[in-house]
Amino acid sequence: KQLEKLKFTSCWNCPFHLKWCSSSIQSPRAPELNCLMAEERRQKQCSVVLPSESMKAMAESMGVGQLQEDSCVALSEEVSYRIKEIAQDALKFMHHGKRRKLTTSDIDYPLKLKNVEPLYGFQSQDFIPFRFASGGGRELHFYEEKEVDLSDIISTPLPRVPLDVSLKAHWLSIDGVQPSIPENPPPATKEQQKAESTEPLKAVKPGQEEDGSIQGKGQSGTSAEVKGKEKLRMKPRSTHELSVEQQLYYKEITEACVGSCEAKRAEALQSIATDPGLYQMLPRFSTFISEGVRVNVVQNNLALLIYLMRMMKALMDNPTLYLEKYLHELLPAVVTCIVSKQLCLRPDVDNHWALRDFAARLMAQSCKTFSTTTNNIQSRITKTFTKSWLDDRTQWTTRYGCIAGLSELGPDVIKTLIIPRLTVEGVRIKAVMEGLVVSNIDKIGADHVQSLLLKHCASVIAKIRPAPDVVDQYRTDYGYLGPMLCSHVVKARTQAALQAQTVNRTTLTITQVPTTLTITQVPSGGSRTPSIIKVPSSLTLMSTRPATPTQPSPPATKYIVMATSAGAASTQQVTRQTLTSFLNRNTAPAGTYTVTTIPHRPPGLAKHATVTASPPPAPSPVPSSSLVLQSHSPAPSSSPLFSTVLQSPLQYRLTVPSSVPSSSPLTSSSFSPVLQPPLKSCPPVPSSILVLRPLFSPLSSLAIQPCLPAPSSRAVLQPCLPVCPAALSSSPVFHSRPPPPLQSCPPVPSSSPFLQPCLPVLSSSLVLQSCPPAPSSVPYLSPRPSVPVLQSPSSSSRPPVASLM
Amino acid sequence: MAAVQDGGSELEGEKEPKPELMNDGSTAPAAAPSSRPEDQQTLLAVLQFLKRNKLIESVDALRREAGLADEPEEAPGSEAAGGAGGAAAGSGELGDAGALLSRVSGGSQSAAAPAPAKGGDDQPDVSVVLSAYSQQGDPSLYQVYYSGLKKFIESVLDCHRAELSQLFYPLFVHMYLELVYNNHESEAKSFFEKFNGDQECYYQDDLRVLSGLTKKEHMKGNETLLDFRTSRFVLRISRDSYQLLKRHLQERQNNQIWNIIQEHLYIDIFDGMPRSKSQIDSMSGSLAGEAKREDNKTKVYYGLLKEPEIEVPLDDEDEEAENEEGKPKKKKPKKDSMGSKSKKQDPNAPQQNRIPLPELKDSDKLDKIMYMKEATKRIRLGPESLPSICFYTFLNAYQGLTAVDFTDDSSLLAGGFADSTVRVWSVTPKKLRKVKSAADLGMIDKESDDVLERIMDEKTASECKILYGHSGPVYGVSFSPDRNYLLSSSEDGTIRLWSLQTFTCLVAYKGHNYPVWDTQFSPYGYYFVSGGHDRVARLWATDHYQPLRMFAGHLADITCTRFHPNSNYVATGSADRTIRLWDVLNGHCVRVLTGHKGPIHTLAFSPNGKYLASGSTDGRVLLWDIGHGLMIGELKGHTDTIYALRFSRDGEILASGSMDNTVRLWDAIRAFDDVETDDFTAATGHVHLPDNSQELLLGTYLSKSTPVIHLHFTRRNLLLSAGAYNSQ
Repeated sequence: KQLEKLKFTSCWNCPFHLKWCSSSIQSPRAPELNCLMAEERRQKQCSVVLPSESMKAMAESMGVGQLQEDSCVALSEEVSYRIKEIAQDALKFMHHGKRRKLTTSDIDYPLKLKNVEPLYGFQSQDFIPFRFASGGGRELHFYEEKEVDLSDIISTPLPRVPLDVSLKAHWLSIDGVQPSIPENPPPATKEQQKAESTEPLKAVKPGQEEDGSIQGKGQSGTSAEVKGKEKLRMKPRSTHELSVEQQLYYKEITEACVGSCEAKRAEALQSIATDPGLYQMLPRFSTFISEGVRVNVVQNNLALLIYLMRMMKALMDNPTLYLEKYLHELLPAVVTCIVSKQLCLRPDVDNHWALRDFAARLMAQSCKTFSTTTNNIQSRITKTFTKSWLDDRTQWTTRYGCIAGLSELGPDVIKTLIIPRLTVEGVRIKAVMEGLVVSNIDKIGADHVQSLLLKHCASVIAKIRPAPDVVDQYRTDYGYLGPMLCSHVVKARTQAALQAQTVNRTTLTITQVPTTLTITQVPSGGSRTPSIIKVPSSLTLMSTRPATPTQPSPPATKYIVMATSAGAASTQQVTRQTLTSFLNRNTAPAGTYTVTTIPHRPPGLAKHATVTASPPPAPSPVPSSSLVLQSHSPAPSSSPLFSTVLQSPLQYRLTVPSSVPSSSPLTSSSFSPVLQPPLKSCPPVPSSILVLRPLFSPLSSLAIQPCLPAPSSRAVLQPCLPVCPAALSSSPVFHSRPPPPLQSCPPVPSSSPFLQPCLPVLSSSLVLQSCPPAPSSVPYLSPRPSVPVLQSPSSSSRPPVASLM
Repeated sequence: MAAVQDGGSELEGEKEPKPELMNDGSTAPAAAPSSRPEDQQTLLAVLQFLKRNKLIESVDALRREAGLADEPEEAPGSEAAGGAGGAAAGSGELGDAGALLSRVSGGSQSAAAPAPAKGGDDQPDVSVVLSAYSQQGDPSLYQVYYSGLKKFIESVLDCHRAELSQLFYPLFVHMYLELVYNNHESEAKSFFEKFNGDQECYYQDDLRVLSGLTKKEHMKGNETLLDFRTSRFVLRISRDSYQLLKRHLQERQNNQIWNIIQEHLYIDIFDGMPRSKSQIDSMSGSLAGEAKREDNKTKVYYGLLKEPEIEVPLDDEDEEAENEEGKPKKKKPKKDSMGSKSKKQDPNAPQQNRIPLPELKDSDKLDKIMYMKEATKRIRLGPESLPSICFYTFLNAYQGLTAVDFTDDSSLLAGGFADSTVRVWSVTPKKLRKVKSAADLGMIDKESDDVLERIMDEKTASECKILYGHSGPVYGVSFSPDRNYLLSSSEDGTIRLWSLQTFTCLVAYKGHNYPVWDTQFSPYGYYFVSGGHDRVARLWATDHYQPLRMFAGHLADITCTRFHPNSNYVATGSADRTIRLWDVLNGHCVRVLTGHKGPIHTLAFSPNGKYLASGSTDGRVLLWDIGHGLMIGELKGHTDTIYALRFSRDGEILASGSMDNTVRLWDAIRAFDDVETDDFTAATGHVHLPDNSQELLLGTYLSKSTPVIHLHFTRRNLLLSAGAYNSQ
């Protein structure tokens, strides 16, 4: 009996004791609480119990050593149970708080209910400040406590005062119909739009689908016919008719956008940027912009171009629009506004530079948003810019545009593409500035290019160069621009230091781009670094595999450029070119350039070509990062030639690094039909052209599709060769359409009503990718001759791309 | 066989009157939900405990006081014996019936005796209550018992299977608890793991609680467990099915299960067809099973009170305006119909003075006139003419908006926030002004016509006023009908009454010691109701600091409270997944409505007082006929907790707002018409619910990541909705 009584009392006391223990233990156990809740969610019914080791640890931390194993188990069960109980109550508070997210306060209140002191200090609404670490078999939860410099806090400007609760009314529905206003969710979400464009078949209504299949069955004629049917079905079924209201809206908006009333325009742009119901009008807007740019570039109507770019910007700002479908129209228009030779009637007076800057920023923004591994927008754009920049005959305006476009892409691009060329560019600028017979326009252009280079390069150089800025050093490193650059760098350094002192979050503030043209704000700060490709983009080739390599690792940089082109049949023939270049940007004179070509197949192609470069005549070291070799695995027949191809342009390039006119077309063309004519005019980047062109101009390749089977032949190539340099130096390329993805082409054909002719094109462009380059180059090149003529605005008043259409 | 049959009917004969006995016996609003037989059991348990601890004097004293003979002492023993000796079916049956009889009679004897174990304690003493579990069989056999029953139920005819399947859950719970109580931890665990998958999905929440409970010590203070113990799980089973079950259990001598059925389950037997699975599913789901039929038998006066006669002075301007619009004829008949309606006494309406209501003041009359004028301009809604919805979005609320209310005339909007503040906005151009200070008031000419204007302090005019006073999140706000007061209930356990003239706190009503989840003013003012975590709803009058009525009976938190339009009844929704309707006059629970599968978060009475709509965390809206106490509709469509429900002013449209960011409109008229309530269904409560949610859904309006937490129809039938923008 006595025993029984004892048992009873212990029975009674035990829970009390335990509860006391658990409640006292609970407070430091908060991390466990969170773990537990997470765990609970995972395995709902299973009873989760805290490990008894944690009990021991807790006990030790409270000064109770030597806890028995049994007590540990008992305690842990008790604690787990209590914690679960609290979690369940916390859920109740969350529900009544009308939230979906459990907050720390939701746990405090149940504790309060149970007469347990709440856990103080975890009031944060959003996150729980525990970090988890494991290692060496131990798991730890700990507070992340950073050391804080008091002076930082004191000197930090006060944060923005949180806004007070405010009330806003809008119509959710008017007589049962939900108006599409920004306050309401868009009628078709971005995901829907995307799904519609990428998987059009799924969007097809069942009735229609059935209809189609019945027709297919009934006609069971030739297989081609059936195929045709299927292809037809690929086309989107969605109607693109606009309601009367939408037509009115479209009219009003477009008129306001290009009209004379600035207030109206602001309103219209605001509407474009925020309205959620625009997706049906998007194709119209896109055509409006691209056509508008075409026409107005020819007419040199600067104001209208600016308006159109602002419209484009507003479209991009609209979060509900799925723009990817229309990039093929929009991006060329933007590129045109960046690099076109002439954008205004009086280039010496009008500030077309601002338009170029703005469009460049727009381009950078779209690269950031839309560039994917499949469409490679950024690398293609980079290549385009680099190519025309490197051409000597490029006008100052285009040059400016190219540099602006490149430098907006972020410090990495500046570092790898622009800075190495500073010397060369310096020489060129010097020639204009100090030369005697130069036109005023050239002078202005050179001036602008100079300030642009200084502006963008200074901050980057400030980061990559160690501190002492010696003018002479700069002069040796960067040539003519050196001294000016030096002063800019010094300025940038002091500014950065100043900002680091005053502002806590420097990264945010520094990168904010001042807007010149916009009303709407520039895409919020952030870095404009290319996100996809970290390598200097001009060096990457269009390869079927995403660009492989390589973060440039200073000081000696290795670039591994991988080019893939397909061999015969389906097996891919990978030719790797490893170009290892040692770039001693600062001091070293030109070194040894080793070019290694390691084709995997056929073995006969393997060449190791070592090129010894003779020291350049210029006082500055060779800015050699732009030095690229590239080869598409040629047809076996051309392989003997191949090595010479590799060598000769390189050598050529090295010996005359800065003032390359263009090599004689004949010399280079004789090397190989594979390396395209571009090689002659633009030795450093021979790679891009071949692949880039077909990509950017599906339409042009469309025209030639029939002649695809034509095998490679020099004879075909020859006639067009002389024209090509010109084609390169002008900007026509930009007007052609880049179909977004290479591999997965369906989006474009299926979605855009305007692109229907593109459907076969894309397949052809795919073919271009995967078949030996020689045949493909033929169709590509054949329309080319006509292009430059049409394109150059001075020579023709017709819309530039008319012929392409 | 015949003996068995007779025994069965006899048993039911005994069982049936029991609840009535309870109802009659309890004069006061039941403070503790436990029924008399359970008191009796409690008493026995106490006695046993005392005896075991050799407190013989206390045993004697208690026994004397309770007026018990030695007889009940043997009761458990005899029960067990009866069960064990039930080899012969007939005798076992008799034995059981006898035991039950004795218990019932014992219960009636001791009905007057207060349970000493409870003392002053609000909550029943757990260990004593739990001791009912102390009778135990072999723990290892529990699984066998349960699976035996399972096998049996699976083998019976289809028509009975669904009904008998209801047994699974309560049996499972009680067997598990018995195992836990008797410290068979590992058996309990394996039992749980083996069979918890069989339970209906809507019991998952409770099962989760149960799964955490693995030790006897845990049982103390666990609310869910207490609920199970203190209330009998109610099942409705047809007579045929029940007899099938009984026969089986007796053949198998399955005493363990039979005992549980006897002690912890209340089987409500009805004559007639067994119900189908869907019928059962629609009604089950609450914490304590279905409602007993008897619970819903009381007559409810759901009609509306007669409107006081107020002559509507025909405003000349108004008249002219109407004439200009060319609709002078339409106005007349409307007026007439309204007049005739108010003259005719609704047979279902309560006596005008059943509940004393405050007298109308002049300002109230003016407001009534305004209301009638507005009502004439009201838009007739219907499936063809849907209301326009105006959404009030709270920006920068940082997830802190917890409650919203509009005034009836839609001029003011109040929001309760997690940061303990209450904010009042004026949604009309008229700004909010405070009354001048006392000193300034003294200087006012009290005789002037515009004295009401003059007492306001123009300097304080603003669109929003903040009321500080609570010390926890504000979970409920409610305007008084005359717009002079505002109520707010909070986590800190208080309900505060605020003046909207001075924007200060007038009273803090303390009574709930735990968070108060909801509060609402009566449609006639003066009274208000509140309910919270303490599971008791309270009725207050603004001029009393103590509650007038306490409505106890819910087994879990009361999550929402709502006054019937005639102010004679109060509906409460609870986390125990039931809705109860309480009579304000005597505090009785007159309706228990089961069918929700999750905590109920909102209630709405139809304007004619006949129907009730309720929304819960399971995303369904259920419609109830108050007169019959029947579920008459189920509206499926929402994907998350429904926080707001409102009928349009004429009751044609039901609007629901949910956490899933949508407002949905439902055709209420059709929902009510589609269900035919003939006498049979009314008597048995077995309704076939038409599955026509999609047809009833008139519109879905998605907001932009803004959960809808309040809805309100203006007097002209414009729908206002409110929620806090949730930027994520």
